[in-house]
Amino acid sequence: MRAYALALALLLGLTVLTTVLAFVDLGPLNAVVAVAIATTKAVLVALVFMHLGRAGRLAKVVAVGGVYFVLVLVALTLADVLTRA
Amino acid sequence: MISEPFESDEHQLESATLGMWIFLMTEVLLFGALIGIYVISRMTHADAFAEGSRHLDWRLGALNTCVLLVSSFTMAAAVHLARHGRRHKPWLVLTAALGAVFLVVKAFEYRDKLGHVHGDLFLAFYFVMTGLHGLHVAFGLATIGLLVAFGRRPNPVEMTGLYWHFVDIVWIFLFPLLYLQDRA
Repeated sequence: MRAYALALALLLGLTVLTTVLAFVDLGPLNAVVAVAIATTKAVLVALVFMHLGRAGRLAKVVAVGGVYFVLVLVALTLADVLTRA
Repeated sequence: MISEPFESDEHQLESATLGMWIFLMTEVLLFGALIGIYVISRMTHADAFAEGSRHLDWRLGALNTCVLLVSSFTMAAAVHLARHGRRHKPWLVLTAALGAVFLVVKAFEYRDKLGHVHGDLFLAFYFVMTGLHGLHVAFGLATIGLLVAFGRRPNPVEMTGLYWHFVDIVWIFLFPLLYLQDRA
């Protein structure tokens, strides 16, 4: 229970951080920071609340596999859109 | 209580957990594809998206983010207590109440924005993404309702917990993508 409370405190803190940083002009870094904080929060939820670390090896492969395929999907689509004349 | 094909409690829980993660992977692809299209449209229509995002009330978005995060905590507590055979249903009710608060805040936002959606690409994305997410929250509420009314075993609570946390993760990405664009 203490780990859950600690994770919640971190998640709320990161929410405040991402909101505050959105109002600071970092140029193109704004988007990078937002995605980095959101990813950190997602990993926290998956590891602490969803116990992904304690899940079976196959479940871990499935979880990482889902994210991997989304990255392939987005990367290849971007490779098309960004290289159009 | 062990069902027919399983050798032990651990075996049953491990199988259920794997099945749940496979289902969640299909959900990751569903929302991942939507977010991918959003990112690409944002690149090709940067001004419209910046303008649209600034018209959303970031305070309501931030409030709803906190509501869902706290509901994930109460759900984790419910799963923990159910696993140890202790009274967990009050925590499930609390989780559902927070989920309901989320949907009520969303309804107020929708009431403000619904009239402006025509011909607005950003708002079209806003409604499709938050709408699909909201449906997931509503489905979670129904499932928690069934658990509170009929649940007797810990495994269904744990699987519903996995689903609920996943829906929380989706919102963790939707909040900065939709509400915090081009604020600086």
